[in-house]
Amino acid sequence: MQIEGQVRIPSGCAISAVISKEGNKMNGQAIIDSMRPMHARSNGLGGGFAAYGIYPKYKELFAFHFFFNDYEAKKECEKLLEESYDVAHAEVIPTRKMPQITDEPLIWRYFLSPRPSVLARLQLDENELVVQTAMKINTQIKGAYIFSCGKNMGAFKAVGYPEDVGEYYKLDEYEAYSWTAHGRYPTNTPGWWGGAHPFALLDYSIVHNGEISSYDANRRFIEMFGYKCTLQTDTEVITYIADYLLRRQKMTLEEMASVVAASFWSTIERNEDPRVREKLTYLRTAFSSLLITGPFSIILGFSGGLMALNDRLKLRSMVVGERDDKVYIASEEAAIRTMAPDLDHIYAPVGGEPVIVKVKEGQF
Amino acid sequence: MEQMDIRGLSHREINDKLRGAEDECVLENCLGQRFLGAAMHGKELTIHGTPGNALGAYFNGGRITVHGNAQDAVGDTMNEGVMVIHGNIGDAAGYAMRGGKIFVKGDAGYRAGIHMKAYKEKVPVLVIGGSAGSFLGEYQAGGIIVVLGLKTQNEGGRCVFNGRIVGNFPCTGMHGGKMLLRSNCAGIAFPKNVTAHAPTEEELAEFIPHIREFCEYFGYDEKEILSSPFTLVTPDSHNPYKQLYVMN
Repeated sequence: MQIEGQVRIPSGCAISAVISKEGNKMNGQAIIDSMRPMHARSNGLGGGFAAYGIYPKYKELFAFHFFFNDYEAKKECEKLLEESYDVAHAEVIPTRKMPQITDEPLIWRYFLSPRPSVLARLQLDENELVVQTAMKINTQIKGAYIFSCGKNMGAFKAVGYPEDVGEYYKLDEYEAYSWTAHGRYPTNTPGWWGGAHPFALLDYSIVHNGEISSYDANRRFIEMFGYKCTLQTDTEVITYIADYLLRRQKMTLEEMASVVAASFWSTIERNEDPRVREKLTYLRTAFSSLLITGPFSIILGFSGGLMALNDRLKLRSMVVGERDDKVYIASEEAAIRTMAPDLDHIYAPVGGEPVIVKVKEGQF
Repeated sequence: MEQMDIRGLSHREINDKLRGAEDECVLENCLGQRFLGAAMHGKELTIHGTPGNALGAYFNGGRITVHGNAQDAVGDTMNEGVMVIHGNIGDAAGYAMRGGKIFVKGDAGYRAGIHMKAYKEKVPVLVIGGSAGSFLGEYQAGGIIVVLGLKTQNEGGRCVFNGRIVGNFPCTGMHGGKMLLRSNCAGIAFPKNVTAHAPTEEELAEFIPHIREFCEYFGYDEKEILSSPFTLVTPDSHNPYKQLYVMN
């Protein structure tokens, strides 16, 4: 069987998210239920969730989520981790056995802190070390895959329908201030757990509905900066672009949106503010290889917030609803109405214009 | 009149039930079920809730009324009948529609009326009460699109572009049909393949019955609506592809 990375997979998909601007915690039941009316957008070959604020006890530590094919791969990884990290805690990620979810790998999580001596020796900050560790393990250790490595957050994903995947991981037992979800519809897949969404690196996670046509151009550019696209899926490259632009280039979310979903030149020309025109022209020119073309709607999760973004032609649907302290984002209004039947406000954002929601300072 | 609670039912179960049901049906608690009323004719459906994508695809006569917002691809390839949406609609409404009428109280998403077409007595009509997103009437080949730009009382809206009645790139590839916008369209860039001008009274007359019908459904005052400036958009060539590929 060809696994993810050996074959290219176009996909359809459903996305959904909820965040509390007050930082109020919600368990995962609502986000699981939001995927049910969108069942037809997935085909059972991938579902997943990202949750923020779920590990308060270890919030200063990096939470690594692993798939291992066997104990040998696990042992090899642990040896490598121990060279650079103190392991505060390691455990199996709890799951419910259910007939809908089969062929499960070993699923573990480790709460890690990078050793200061290692950071000093390598002259790296802790985030960069974690990124390098994830890239190394995912490309060099056979049968091991890190699918989440942020602080106080986690991705949970599997082959299956998203509503089943949520039950499988017992997400009703986690409390998060922000959740994202994904149901996958690859039209031709070998079906591997690592290929499900979200794709996560540090605390950035991406769920994505669409099919970007600039994948190879984006991949060639981003691989120059040490990222390794192992899975041939467009979502993986978007995750690395987010990390590159936000963490390494220190861009704002709005600036990142103006790079990946840059306006048409004709639209930029029509902007009345010369300073805005100049800025948009600079971003589009300087980072032209990171322009993402083709249909997409994505939700980027990060510590303390979410950003939703459509391609500039808006070739995928996305709706945003608000109620009290909560903001909901989904491919379909029905998904939002499942979580909140009555809304204060519901609208479809304009293509290429990001919707950014942040939790109040100090509340996460 | 038959009442059905469709909570938790699949679209197939609902459409099967509808086939055996009375001519007038009310569907309660709709939440995302797709293809409702697909290819149906001769029935009156009233839907409460949020119908899923492709509502009334291939609809072939009768009426669908929605109390709520509808999602994407309302009336995809619709052939006959009337749809009345007391809310907003998602993207690609009236996709390849070739007959019948869709009336929307609120706003439309992107690509409303994409590839609408007409043939002899078949002239589809799409009336949007609020504003429309980008690519309105993309590849329009026939039929009538009206956007009224009314401030709607719905929750929120769709794709509002700084208060403009329509987003970017309206009428891209339009080569047939007519579009009427209740605005002077200042700041809106139309492509070279169309002509936009203020309609004469004679030109406007053709649209009045549709505006009147809109007012009846949603309780607006026709005179008030007609007292604003309009812009009529039509393709300006009988040969829209002239010199696109060859010197013809």
